[in-house]
Amino acid sequence: MTGSNQNALKDKLLTFRHGVHPEEYKELSNHQRIERMPFVEEYTLPLLQHIGAPSKPLVHKGQYVRRGGLIAEAGAYVSVALHAPVDGTVTDVGLYGHPNGQMLPAIKIRTDPFSTQQLDQPAQRQPEELAKAEFIEAIQRAGIVGLGGAAFPAHVKFNLSENQLCRYLMLNGCECEPFLTCDHRVMVEYAEELIDGTRILQHFIQAEKVYIAIEANKPDAVITLRAAAAKAGFPVEIIPLQVKYPQGAEKMMISAILGKEVPAGKLPIDVGVLVSNVGSIVALSQYFRQSQPLIERVITVTGPAVRRPANVLVPLGTPMRSLVEFCGGITGEAARILLGGPMMGIVQKSLDTPVVKGTSGILVLTEREVQDIDTFSCIRCGRCLEACPLFLNPARLGLLARKGLWEDMEDNNALDCFECGACSYVCPSAIPLVQSIKVGKSMIRERKPK
Amino acid sequence: MVNKPKITISTSPFLHDQVTTPKIMWELAYTLIPILLAAVYYFGLSALLISLSCIAGCLVTEYYLGKRGPLGSPLRDGSALVTGLLLALTLPPGFPLWMAFVGGVVAIGMGKVIWGGLGQNVFNPALVGRAFLQAAFPTAITTWEPPDGRYWGVRGTNLAMPFYQGEPVDALSTATPLSEMKFSHEPTELADLLLGNISGSLGETCALLLLLAGLYLAFRRIINWRIPVAILATVALFSGIVYLLAPDRYPSPGFMVLAGGLLLGTVYMATDPVSSPLTPKGIWIFGIGIGLLVVLIRIWGGLPEGVMYAILLMNAATPLINRFARTRVYGY
Ligand code: SF4
Ligand code: SF4
Repeated sequence: MTGSNQNALKDKLLTFRHGVHPEEYKELSNHQRIERMPFVEEYTLPLLQHIGAPSKPLVHKGQYVRRGGLIAEAGAYVSVALHAPVDGTVTDVGLYGHPNGQMLPAIKIRTDPFSTQQLDQPAQRQPEELAKAEFIEAIQRAGIVGLGGAAFPAHVKFNLSENQLCRYLMLNGCECEPFLTCDHRVMVEYAEELIDGTRILQHFIQAEKVYIAIEANKPDAVITLRAAAAKAGFPVEIIPLQVKYPQGAEKMMISAILGKEVPAGKLPIDVGVLVSNVGSIVALSQYFRQSQPLIERVITVTGPAVRRPANVLVPLGTPMRSLVEFCGGITGEAARILLGGPMMGIVQKSLDTPVVKGTSGILVLTEREVQDIDTFSCIRCGRCLEACPLFLNPARLGLLARKGLWEDMEDNNALDCFECGACSYVCPSAIPLVQSIKVGKSMIRERKPK
Repeated sequence: MVNKPKITISTSPFLHDQVTTPKIMWELAYTLIPILLAAVYYFGLSALLISLSCIAGCLVTEYYLGKRGPLGSPLRDGSALVTGLLLALTLPPGFPLWMAFVGGVVAIGMGKVIWGGLGQNVFNPALVGRAFLQAAFPTAITTWEPPDGRYWGVRGTNLAMPFYQGEPVDALSTATPLSEMKFSHEPTELADLLLGNISGSLGETCALLLLLAGLYLAFRRIINWRIPVAILATVALFSGIVYLLAPDRYPSPGFMVLAGGLLLGTVYMATDPVSSPLTPKGIWIFGIGIGLLVVLIRIWGGLPEGVMYAILLMNAATPLINRFARTRVYGY
């Protein structure tokens, strides 16, 4: 890229107040083109890959299914459909290990070894011809959820009621977690689909302004998307934001771009903002234009203990072990396996669970990154307060949690904490702040009369 | 996968900032070295001996009474060393070494250990030691000698025997700038205050070095910049008003800021994170409180100097401030 382009990104970058600057580690995989994961023998598709009710299976053991074919329908309004990632035979519908650590119902499919795995689904009606309700229903049928990690059903989010006014449509391409680069690569390599998907959504949302927010450490994504938007003649503002964690949290993005806060207990839409992850918007375009429901996603497999860090387009249901082996396997130095990034990721005991819709990354760290730091008493240095993007007092919350004073914790806004981990990251005494706040939050919720 | 790696389970986040509590304490200790050197430059070997005595008192107490920290020995977090050095810097150059040692023992013993160790104390340990010495040895601690430029000189009084009650030998007592101001309305040249060619405690004299150290520490975020700003601005403003009302009776704000222990106390003691409030709002209250108290004590109190009591009083108020000075939470 040219110098002037780089300078264009260095003009005053918008951001939120507080936050932290962990090392980024993006260079392990941010220039690796997305590779397609070869088909494996068997896929396990949990019926619960989203927030809400599990999907309801429509297939039985022994049934032949086609790639992209519906295998489970939405189990409720807050639920989405599920599709077969390959041509193959259903071998079982039963309980299998889920990445969340539980045993949950899943559909197992044995890949048809003789199939070419061409996607052969009937064309969709184009969104421009649909009424809004039909559009919402189509997204639910496409199985699309937020691909940033939370996996909230997209149709629920996009289904604005009469009195919800969306003034700003914001696409989240911040990807502020260290190590992860899947959204980055998607923005660079699927720029046209992203702009097209945005256009489709905007057709129904009719926001006054459309933004794509990208942390400034992805200048190629900013440039590619600006070019793609210009080519498509679609008015969207691509905004580079300061590199700071947790810039990708909805509230922080809104603060950065609009300088507004989302009032406590409200949603972004209450301040006129609709936020969506970029990957979900690409999925939207792929469904309508290519008749491909959500059957695969891009995952970053990275970390110093992965032999060949990569961004991989993976069919849902692929065993994580196969995916990691596709990336060269893990080295003997591996100390922690995480789903997601190092700040909010969840530790995995094993790689024997499948990739699901919410899997954004598999991160394998060595002892060097996770070295245990000696814990001291709180020296009341205030660093955690200056890190907390929600202006909470993590030191006090941590203290109250250790004393078991749950009411006091609630009184000190513990329930507002969204567990970004910035406080634990900065604490020089290595006090497990977010960890104890999490405990406190569940204690508070447990004691609340339902 | 070739070898079977050791996989451990815990919860996120898995990255941690480079700054750790021992690193903070050690960095604080390093910035005290130039100040100690300046003290040796002005007051000779006495300065070094007093510092070593205080440090010894602190380390011995921490070693035998302190909790074993995660680093094994309780000494390794460096905080006892900092306390010892700070205590020494508040003492006059002719102070008997054995008293300095006792001060160090009390600073750690009563200032820190009985509260439960690092992070638990309400008062700044160095100031607890200093307050004890002031109460126990009121004469010795107010016997000031001017800098004499004898680098190898050791003051006779330094070597006084424990509990020896006789008149201090050849003690040449002079007034400090503050007592001169208070009791005879004689201001000192600001340039002398800045460079430190005045009598006073070991570390109080060279204002310039203290200012530089404060800037460095604030820039490195070892201390919270709000505390020095709040204290110094309050002192300057409050004493400025008083000065404007009666310039011939009261000291100028410049003098108030530069003279005595204000800068040492502001940069190193009031900013002690453990005994200062957590929230920005609380910190402003704390700093302004100290500033007001310093001016009140110096101008209208019975003592020429009030920094120590001002800080200790606000330390005492800190748990209360912490409870009530809340942050404004996002979205409220
Ligand atoms: S960062 Fe850690 S040591 Fe500092 S105030 Fe917060 S909890 Fe205490
Ligand atoms: S208290 Fe919660 S929101 Fe604030 S920094 Fe810690 S984890 Fe993040």
